[in-house]
Amino acid sequence: MSTVTTIFKRELLSYLSTPLAYLFTVIFLVLSGIFTFYLGRFFERGQADLNSFFNFMPWLYLVLVPALTMRLWAEERKSGTIELLLTLPVSPSAWVLGKFLAAWVFLGCALILSFPLWITVNYLGEPDNGAIFAGYLGSWFMAGGFLALGSMFSAATRNQVIAFVLTLVVCFVLVASGFPLVLDAFSVWAPNWVLDLVAGLSFMSHFEAISRGVIDIRDALYFISIMVFGLWLTAHLVRHTVKR
Amino acid sequence: MIKLQDLEKSYGNLHAVKGISFEVKPGEVLGFLGPNGAGKSTTMRMITGYIQPTRGNISVMGTDVLSNPQKAQEIMGYLPEGAPLYGEMTVAAFLRFVGQVRGMTAQRLNERFDEVVRQVSLQKVLSQPIDTLSKGYKRRVGLAQALIHDPQVLILDEPTDGLDPNQKHEVRKLIQNLSKDKIVIISTHILEEVDALCSRVVIIAKGKIVADKTPMELAQMSRYHKAVYVRFSEEYEPLEALRALPEITEVETCSDHGYLLYTEPGTQALHAVNQLIHDRNWDVEELHVEKGRLDDVFRRLTMEDAA
Repeated sequence: MSTVTTIFKRELLSYLSTPLAYLFTVIFLVLSGIFTFYLGRFFERGQADLNSFFNFMPWLYLVLVPALTMRLWAEERKSGTIELLLTLPVSPSAWVLGKFLAAWVFLGCALILSFPLWITVNYLGEPDNGAIFAGYLGSWFMAGGFLALGSMFSAATRNQVIAFVLTLVVCFVLVASGFPLVLDAFSVWAPNWVLDLVAGLSFMSHFEAISRGVIDIRDALYFISIMVFGLWLTAHLVRHTVKR
Repeated sequence: MIKLQDLEKSYGNLHAVKGISFEVKPGEVLGFLGPNGAGKSTTMRMITGYIQPTRGNISVMGTDVLSNPQKAQEIMGYLPEGAPLYGEMTVAAFLRFVGQVRGMTAQRLNERFDEVVRQVSLQKVLSQPIDTLSKGYKRRVGLAQALIHDPQVLILDEPTDGLDPNQKHEVRKLIQNLSKDKIVIISTHILEEVDALCSRVVIIAKGKIVADKTPMELAQMSRYHKAVYVRFSEEYEPLEALRALPEITEVETCSDHGYLLYTEPGTQALHAVNQLIHDRNWDVEELHVEKGRLDDVFRRLTMEDAA
């Protein structure tokens, strides 16, 4: 466990020593602001909640998370540091976990930095702060799901652009499968259980309830299992594909 | 002890390593030689547990690398080819990171840190990001990282590649001064390095071992071994007389009135040559017996295999 902590610290510090982290945070905050106020009509809705902020979270992650995860493994493979890393007496799972946790905590920090919105909504009205807290927690869990999938695709290729595109496409499918656009295509011919399955796989349907402040254990389990699955596959890929 | 048994590695149809076996005992410095693409790095990567062999066994100090890579990696220090490092980290942060990942206690790490930094002279660049360092310094950071836990086994893939002559000399001195009960395997292209450092040489070509000898035995395989070199102060036209000596098989004319006299294997020609010089009253500026040239042996062994 202490090795995971050491790796986690190194990874987190390496984010802070590159301009990428600052650029990422700024873009995240600016975009979430634009989404909330313009597309989400924060003021026009006249409601004291952050739904217009959380509703756009999946779309924001869709673009930003692959940019964060594409370098996780692909860069190590390209620069050759993977050889250094895999000849140290540490199991690949410790690296996978340490790298993931660093990215997850980093994203959590970016999320927390959106606190001026929370102050604003508390200044303007009397929101349900419990629901807002649930929304933040849900966003963070969903981010974990995105990150685990991104880490998997980064381990699958040595090309960062390919890692980016694959993560984007798969995450898009997972987000969009809960939308009428996709579901309607199924509803014409498919039985209900297929429809439920497709909708059940969507990030959207699990995130929606949480973002409204309803924490259902099944939704939490959904994101946790996505994370476990993604990281398990990453470790498998590192062990077998990267090491050849 | 390191033991390699019938080690093989194939990538599809490409057979990079085709059945390599050797043993290295504590105290030995093994020079691992071969042309580019002969399978040196691949073999070292298999020893350090980075890649899986297609067939064969590797044990390091009694630990099977295939079934228990982490235990074997604990007692090994490894400098990969090209010395890849985390460029954004400072030298000090990087070395401490490697020590911590290796599970060293804070006190032990502090001791070893100071020791290693002194050994490879990194004092001046400790707080610099690795990316900003020169090639020589980067290589030394790579060496420091391999030495930080004072390993029993050191695997160094081209440790002096890209260094200037002074830096090469320093790295060699460092390897020579390592404790005498360690096992060191270094791969190199530089044959003088083998002479200066190694107690044993394994030469591979096209994935197979073509020689496993001491540097001296290797030099004896050279056609220059025991050849006599003589250089006169002026031109005497000695060719006829030299060729007439029974011990001498061939005479090669060199620059500045010099001649290289190849001898029949197992014979000693110096005495006869000396006698001739005396008889003719020639004025000689230089006269010595060649020990043999490693580059000549290396070329012959590795080209033979190619043919």
